[in-house]
Amino acid sequence: MEVTSLTVHELQALIRAGQISPREAVEALGRRIEEVDPLIHGYLSHDLERAVSEAQQVDVRLPLGGVPISIKDVINVKGHPCGCASKILDGYVAPYDATVIAKLRAAGAIPFGRVNMDEFAMGSSTENSAFGPTRNPWDITRIPGGSSGGSAAVVAADEGFAALGSDTGGSIRQPAALCGRVGLKPTYGRVSRYGLVAFASSLDQIGPITKDVRDAAILMNVISGPDKFDSTSLSDQVPNFTANLDQGVKGLKLGLPKEYFIEGIDPEVDKTVRAAVARLEELGAEVFEISLPHTEFALSTYYIIAPAEASANLARFDGVRYGFRAKETNSLLEHYGKTREEGFGPEVKRRIILGTYVLSSGYYDAYYLRAQKVRTLIRQDFAAAFEKVDAIVCPTSPTAAFKLGERTNDPLSMYLADIFTLAANIAGICGVSVPCGFLAREGKQLPVGLQILGQELNEATVLRVAYAYEQNTEWHKAKPPIA
Amino acid sequence: MSSENFDVEYVADLARIKLTPDEIKMFQTQLGLVLEHVAKLNQIDVSQVEPMAHSFPIYNVFREDETRESLEREAALANAPQQAQGLFIVTKVLE
Repeated sequence: MEVTSLTVHELQALIRAGQISPREAVEALGRRIEEVDPLIHGYLSHDLERAVSEAQQVDVRLPLGGVPISIKDVINVKGHPCGCASKILDGYVAPYDATVIAKLRAAGAIPFGRVNMDEFAMGSSTENSAFGPTRNPWDITRIPGGSSGGSAAVVAADEGFAALGSDTGGSIRQPAALCGRVGLKPTYGRVSRYGLVAFASSLDQIGPITKDVRDAAILMNVISGPDKFDSTSLSDQVPNFTANLDQGVKGLKLGLPKEYFIEGIDPEVDKTVRAAVARLEELGAEVFEISLPHTEFALSTYYIIAPAEASANLARFDGVRYGFRAKETNSLLEHYGKTREEGFGPEVKRRIILGTYVLSSGYYDAYYLRAQKVRTLIRQDFAAAFEKVDAIVCPTSPTAAFKLGERTNDPLSMYLADIFTLAANIAGICGVSVPCGFLAREGKQLPVGLQILGQELNEATVLRVAYAYEQNTEWHKAKPPIA
Repeated sequence: MSSENFDVEYVADLARIKLTPDEIKMFQTQLGLVLEHVAKLNQIDVSQVEPMAHSFPIYNVFREDETRESLEREAALANAPQQAQGLFIVTKVLE
């Protein structure tokens, strides 16, 4: 068996048994990247020598001792580049570790490489990377999803054991679904955002993309918890996420939101997800139809709030303290204007402009304030639903992976790719995507994801449902056709 | 709420982003469509609803005002496009 095809827990077991060394695991990863990454373009960079040297010093008795974890290019790892797949951070080297990285290191993991993403995490296909798109390992003419498309693709192609991504409107769950892997967005505040380059601060969360549900729980055990460097991190106690994974779904109440099975959803995705829900019912869950009445307003709410916050957060890229700076400018305003013109890609510019507009004098109340009020209604929908059910089950994405270039000229159609994921960010709740089948397109098998949404701080329940489903199906064992 | 008053060039200037004539044309159309879409929110009566900036009721988080380790000056300057004598160099502000 190839080392690189192992899950995190399988690799850990072999490392602890002395059957493989962390160094061998890192080197196997290096060879696998050489072999498949020219087709996938999941990595922007990786420093094999540094990873090998870290592997030789690691304490294998630690919870993640010797396990390399691939890192999305939006999370600071001291001494590694952190470019957010943008030209504007050209040459930037992180001077400190994000809290999640400090926690990974303390657990013995090796932060490995920089994986591709949509520039500043803005996008749903990884085509907005300034360094070229990542390709879906199941069909390299298709997108891997986004914005954490690199994270999902490298885990799917076995050129990463597991990865960290970030999720602002679905950026972990949607690419995980489209690449046939597991992706978890924690409750807002469960994981520290310190050292995550901010996109929309009230929506962003870091989370894992993994080969199976147990791995997601293992990573959550390591990265969760309060942090004095992030005042929005929650002080609530972190449960042991692996402890109750195998309790099954017998007696759990699951809600099927009628607003998520709508026109516009691919009929085969609809069928596949309904079959997955039926399987959960066979396993002992009770399924009820529920209503989340403000679902149709989530997209509009998101595309006001997220750009508004982004326009403020990205004001820091001014060509003074770090990154790219335009040449030969004669005034400070010209310096700002040209630096940001040349440094940002089109989608980032669009969102900064949109965000600036909805916050501008005369429009603030009509757009931003109104969206904040609708945000309250969306949160209330979920709160009411969770009085009746333990978790909500629905599709992660309305379609399977689409073709490269298919939606790049139409931002609104690209935004629709996140229609089932972004409400969870707006409400601050948690959710996981787990593989639930395939549909055939042009002779290729394309993965479909089942999304399980849970109440705030209830990651343990969504993981338990996901694990029960996964362990009674074979989808997560399928490997993409890549050489 | 309407996109009639949306002038992409004016807003880009507020955001300190210079745009090419092609970008101005393209963004005006694309963002016009997005603004038409988000106008959907006008269908809801929100007169009795409190706005929410944040998903949880966390308010001020206090800590003791103690000195602690921070980045060394050299490390803080290491990523600067231009620096000299321990300072960031900026484009001339005053004539």
